[in-house]
Amino acid sequence: MPATLTPPATADVVALREHAYELRSLMMTMTRGKGEGYIAQGLGIADCLAALYFHELRHDPDDPDWADRDRFLLSTGHYSIAMYAVLASAGYLDEAELPTYGLNGSRLPMSTFDVTPGVEIVGGSLGHGLGQAVGMALGLRLDGSPARVFCELSDGELDEGSTWESAMGGATFGTDNVVALVDCNGIQADGPVTVAIEPVAEKFRSFGWDTREVNGNDLDELTEALAASRERDGRPKAIVLRTTPGYGVPSLVSRPRAHFVRVTDDEWGGFMEELEAGRGK
Amino acid sequence: MASETAVFGQTRGMGELIEIADKETELAPFGTELAKLGDERPEIVGLTADMGRYSDILPFRDAHPDRFFNVGMAEQNLILTAAGLAKVGKIAYCTTYSVFVTRRAYDFVAIACAHSKANVKIFAGMPGLMNGYGATHQATEDLNMMRGIADLTIIDPCDARELRQVVRAAADIPGTVYVRLLRGHVPVELPPEYEFVPGAAARLREGDGSVGVIGTGYLSGRALDAAKAAEAQGVSASVLHVPTIKPFDTTAVLEFASRHERLVVAENHKTTGGLATLVTEAMFDAGVLRPVVRVGLADGFFECGSQEYLESKYGLDLPRLLRAIVDGV
Repeated sequence: MPATLTPPATADVVALREHAYELRSLMMTMTRGKGEGYIAQGLGIADCLAALYFHELRHDPDDPDWADRDRFLLSTGHYSIAMYAVLASAGYLDEAELPTYGLNGSRLPMSTFDVTPGVEIVGGSLGHGLGQAVGMALGLRLDGSPARVFCELSDGELDEGSTWESAMGGATFGTDNVVALVDCNGIQADGPVTVAIEPVAEKFRSFGWDTREVNGNDLDELTEALAASRERDGRPKAIVLRTTPGYGVPSLVSRPRAHFVRVTDDEWGGFMEELEAGRGK
Repeated sequence: MASETAVFGQTRGMGELIEIADKETELAPFGTELAKLGDERPEIVGLTADMGRYSDILPFRDAHPDRFFNVGMAEQNLILTAAGLAKVGKIAYCTTYSVFVTRRAYDFVAIACAHSKANVKIFAGMPGLMNGYGATHQATEDLNMMRGIADLTIIDPCDARELRQVVRAAADIPGTVYVRLLRGHVPVELPPEYEFVPGAAARLREGDGSVGVIGTGYLSGRALDAAKAAEAQGVSASVLHVPTIKPFDTTAVLEFASRHERLVVAENHKTTGGLATLVTEAMFDAGVLRPVVRVGLADGFFECGSQEYLESKYGLDLPRLLRAIVDGV
């Protein structure tokens, strides 16, 4: 059981920026091994994952099955590259295993399975995360557990009707131990988000969720919103993250087809230099 | 009847079997047994998607209101919520109509539940041709669909006695279980000594080897009635009941098939993709070749109407079974 049972009152944002840099660096290394991946989404969500695993979550890499751990559900299984980076950085996985990302027979498949240490659900069939988060939250509440359930989902995933069934469920059952982290990066498989999903924050509010909207690549805003989400007032929490796909590597930010990126060996060195140049910012 | 209704206050006739007029029955065996099991096992929770009344789960709700969740008409979220509960240590019994959990929530059962071997126990109401509301409410291909999901146990109980045992057994079957629910006044067909064993077929009646009936669900009970009627016409039929559709008891089915001259397969399901397909696949693969008459539903969408009318028109009733047993057609 970890020494700290509650998240710290104040966030060390400088340290979290360094963690986010490390996650991005690990992701870039994984991309080099496979030559391709969902790197843009991974770079975009890196700040959120750093804030969770190195600040907000009560968890213990030495005891991944600890009953009272906070859960993090990655609904978008294709963000696996980011998940493995943070699981390695936090101590659930050996960094030496990361280059197997997406390779045949790897424990780190292109889309997340719950057999990987630290991965709570099978992600990737979009629209599956939020309802399971609400169910877990109900079960933890029945047990009197202080644990909370954090669920990442994406703006593209808001197209799925089940997401809204689950949003109604969370409000109906008053699961204030759920925090939805809605990654709005504006892209999906065929290009820019096309369905009329905005205004996302207003939608969640109208569905009964205590909702905040932040720059998902700003750790000051992120940690502030996470702190506010600790309130147990009978309402589930949502944080709408406005993220930039490829954040930290400007050349990837400007790439037109960002959903699935191929990185050549020639490009890779330059990308790493760009990442280093933005370190700590 | 009135006093029973007062006890439960919730049950209705829809989805009840037509045999109840002249048979011993039990009222709401699923919900009453689950309520008792809930007393013994605090990790059991119950869920429904606005089908508490018509799935008989309300006795559990009344006994354990803090462990019961109605998610409304949202079957995908029903399965997700149940999966989440299971993944923090609960055993989640959930109910809706068979059509809605199979056709509407298939991906959710496959990925959120079965893929993770989550302890979700789905009791699917009005499977097959048991609802008078037409094709929208008639899950006539649910076995075909669900057998395609890996790591899913599928059970089609025969009667109230077996259903009660299945309620209990499901809690200890690892992973996700799909059960075809019998509701309302459910007949008692099986003898008091009957014991449900997950994954095992059961010989209910031994004839002279001329004709063997392989049944599942309540059609196994009807097969017993038909076998008795056939005796009066000089035909001695055996009956093998196959309650567990997946995993399939290939050994018992082949043993039974190989010692009968001809076979009848009876199921409340289309004749393709369900029990008859499983039986004939197993027989062909093993080289056990016998004439087989499939009693079940032809491909199609079915109409609204009473249970008696539908079963007679589409060939699930006693005269249809009797013809298959006696005449082999």
